[in-house]
Amino acid sequence: MTGFDLIAPHLPVLTVVIPLIAGFLTPIIGWIDRRLPWYWVMLAMFVVLLIAGNNLVTVINSGTIHYKLGGWDPPFGIEYVIDLLNGFVCLIIAFIAFMVSIYSKESVKKEVPGKTTPFYSVFLLLITGLMGMTITGDIFNFYVFLEISSLTAYALIAMGDRGDGVVASFNYLIMGTVAASFILLGIGYLYAVTGTLNMADMQNLLPGVYDSKVVLAALAFFMAGFSIKVGLFPLHAWLPDAYTHAPSTASALIAGLMTKVGVYAMIRFMFCVFTPAFVIDVNMTEILTWAAALAIIMGSVFAIAQSDIKRMLAYSSISQIGYILLGFGLVNVVGITGGLLHIMNHAFMKCALFLVAGAIFYKTDIRNIYQFKGLGKKMPVTTTVFLIAALSMIGVPGTVGFTSKWYLALGSIEANQWIFVAVILVSSLLNIVYFWRIFDNIWFGHPHEIENIKRDEAPLTMLIPMVILGILCVYFGFFSGDLIEHIFEPLAKTLLGLGGVP
Amino acid sequence: MMVTEINSITPLLAVLVSMIASVLILASGKYPNIREGWTFVAAFIKFGLVISMLPLILNGKVITYTVVEMLPNLPIAFKVDAFGILFAITSSFLWIFVTSYSIGYMRSLKEHAQTRYFFCFAIALSSAVGIAFSANLITLFLFYELLTISTYPLVAHNETPEAISSGRKYLTYLMIAGVSLLFSILVVYHYTGTTEFSFAGIAGMETIPQTTLIILFITFMIGCAKAAFMPLHAWLPAAMVAPTPVSALLHAVAVVKAGVFTALRVILYVFGVDLMQYSGIWLYMAYFVSITIILASIYALMQDNLKKRLAYSTVSQLSYIVLGAVLITPHGITGGMLHIPYHAFMKITLFMCAGALIVTAKKEKISEMNGIARQMPITMLAFTVGALGMIGMPPVGGYVTKWFLLLGAAELHSMILIAVLLVSAVLNAAYFFPVIYVAFFKKPDHELKYKEAPLTMLVPLVLTAIISIVIGIWPDAPGMFLDIVEIAVANVTGGV
Repeated sequence: MTGFDLIAPHLPVLTVVIPLIAGFLTPIIGWIDRRLPWYWVMLAMFVVLLIAGNNLVTVINSGTIHYKLGGWDPPFGIEYVIDLLNGFVCLIIAFIAFMVSIYSKESVKKEVPGKTTPFYSVFLLLITGLMGMTITGDIFNFYVFLEISSLTAYALIAMGDRGDGVVASFNYLIMGTVAASFILLGIGYLYAVTGTLNMADMQNLLPGVYDSKVVLAALAFFMAGFSIKVGLFPLHAWLPDAYTHAPSTASALIAGLMTKVGVYAMIRFMFCVFTPAFVIDVNMTEILTWAAALAIIMGSVFAIAQSDIKRMLAYSSISQIGYILLGFGLVNVVGITGGLLHIMNHAFMKCALFLVAGAIFYKTDIRNIYQFKGLGKKMPVTTTVFLIAALSMIGVPGTVGFTSKWYLALGSIEANQWIFVAVILVSSLLNIVYFWRIFDNIWFGHPHEIENIKRDEAPLTMLIPMVILGILCVYFGFFSGDLIEHIFEPLAKTLLGLGGVP
Repeated sequence: MMVTEINSITPLLAVLVSMIASVLILASGKYPNIREGWTFVAAFIKFGLVISMLPLILNGKVITYTVVEMLPNLPIAFKVDAFGILFAITSSFLWIFVTSYSIGYMRSLKEHAQTRYFFCFAIALSSAVGIAFSANLITLFLFYELLTISTYPLVAHNETPEAISSGRKYLTYLMIAGVSLLFSILVVYHYTGTTEFSFAGIAGMETIPQTTLIILFITFMIGCAKAAFMPLHAWLPAAMVAPTPVSALLHAVAVVKAGVFTALRVILYVFGVDLMQYSGIWLYMAYFVSITIILASIYALMQDNLKKRLAYSTVSQLSYIVLGAVLITPHGITGGMLHIPYHAFMKITLFMCAGALIVTAKKEKISEMNGIARQMPITMLAFTVGALGMIGMPPVGGYVTKWFLLLGAAELHSMILIAVLLVSAVLNAAYFFPVIYVAFFKKPDHELKYKEAPLTMLVPLVLTAIISIVIGIWPDAPGMFLDIVEIAVANVTGGV
């Protein structure tokens, strides 16, 4: 028996355990040498990435993985369940976290001087929380990880801009705590009526008590709680400040992942704790689509009004989260496929954009988009990545943004909701408005203004992850066909209970 | 009618050549001669690749190539048919001339950001040929958007507030068009499950309810705003702030023709001749574009800026092409399709002359051009050739297409449309003759010495003028445009 065979059965849980242990070891590593934590985090993230990839492959080949924590049988013990949905979300978390960890070296050194070790420690704990939320099959365990990820996120944000970061963090803390309380109440209600905390078990037991008002209240609590966590308009107020004032690395991580995991949780609860039929029946999906449509438009409109690039990207995130939720709210295969696609696509695009914003800030200390003149000459690679990711956000064909937009619009047509088609299309026009003025500033400056600008690119550790994400934005714009056919469409069917792979 | 399909990578290569060139251009930005060398090499290779496919097409075959299955059931694919190659030949052939012209123009004026200029130009050409060879709406849309994006830096090239605001206008119109086109494609896909062009129109289009069908047609035509139908034309005169070679190749040929090309693809290959006739849309569309034909000519009369006058003339002429297609008769469609290359050769000549005037005489306004022919006789002669062609005087090419259009209108016994064509010819004369008169017969304000534009500019514009005459004298030469158009027309009308 080789070492790998020993570890193999425990791979599912290692995605949570590795960042947890690594996080607690970081202070020691940092104490040995202050330069080491970066390598340590990168190593940990790389291992997690490999494991997450391996888990997904296992799921595709041999179906859902059930891992019993401590050998206790569910529904009494805590069970980790990896199916296609969270296997895929886990891989995205691991991938984005790995990219951000490579990037973080110089950026963290500059933006949180003297606190790199605690930063990395918290970074790893955040990943622990997000991974845990994603793979757990136990509703209370979910809450525990939710709190871990929230607390670490508050800490990361508070390390940002002096003063503002703390205020933003405090705001988020209040809102996040309200959200968490809602979710906890919901969990309590469901536990009261079903007597179980295991998600699968709960889904079996719930239909019997669907006419109970308690169940309905629980659903409402969940939706309200998660809506705050994902920053669904008009519950978004914490989000722009938090994204703007966090250190660039943390912004990229939180924007790319936190809300995605929130969305994942929302979907998991809607479709796998409750049943799609029930959620549709109580009009929750319809409410969700309209809220999402509002978010799409308002997020874009607010983004146009911003001059701080990170703030603009934050508002753009609010709008993009709307896309994802719209797809799921449509509850048809095409729409959900679009929503799932957009989870991945938005992670790539938005992470790339925040990384670019961080790189520009690193080199020039500028965040105001009207001061970007001549950047095209100064940082050609960074700005090219920005161009690609921004075009992707707009939804130009040949980029990932187009593929998900196509599915979402098609799903809206299929649901006979023409108004949402209009919303999606109008929002791409709004995206053009707020991104194009940046293009103009970056590339069009009068010759005499930009004559003396020399090339001064961001360091390689920053460039590599940005370029990789930029390439992926284009790659998956052309080569999503197989992915959709083999993963997203079957997954969408499963979520709706229409069969397909387990 | 069965058409033999041949699988070949040539169309992809033809599209990619200028993409690759664009990278090389960027890489050799510091060495202008090498940079322009790449453009030339790419232009010749591109034209060579396009023309190498012509014999097969003339034999009635179709060349296909699927690049990648972008989304399930939505491939990025190329299909070269007679209509596609017509547009591809026109734009890739003229690129050779404009490259030479660009070098002369940009260097004479010592323009800034020349690397960006040639880079974007190469990408725009790739997009134009990509549009020509698209096998389905989604591929077409990909290149359509790429064309918009790559031409924006060319329009805003001067970077003056005026140029930027014109660029914004350009972008606003064309992006709204893009969104409208995307919407239309979504609807087509929703109803038919495909976006692939078919000679008889996409199967399943007839299942769309009449009201939806009409709305769909309208959104498609808004999507074709690159064809500058009124009232969606305002971006084209605004785009005239671009350097003249851009106006010449892109805003008289590649971009606007991409618009009409898309419109024709939609009318003939998505809706199909039968459905157009059956739904009665053709008649409304014919009247609609007639308005543009007349109104744009009147607008042209009022312009003093030569490039703007030419731009409005383009607006009017583009609608000829669409008018031909919606007449639905073989003669009408022939006239419309044939006008794509014919108008291209004549209008590019006119624009290159306007550019030569800017470079050599520093004159943009017609009112300042008194007696300019004494200074630049060759340029003004070429201009006269182009202008006569636009008016429709033999032996310059323009009369051929007008003849077919008139035949088409006559076959429908539509006095209104015949009147539109004739009135428009009179208006064309009314806005072109004054220019010729001013240039040749008015006394110059002060003594003018003979001084022509540099040879890199003069040679291309003389050549395109000569070609404009050749295609007028001998339109039915074997393998020439009329041959190609006849095959395309036979495809869509099912034989004859």
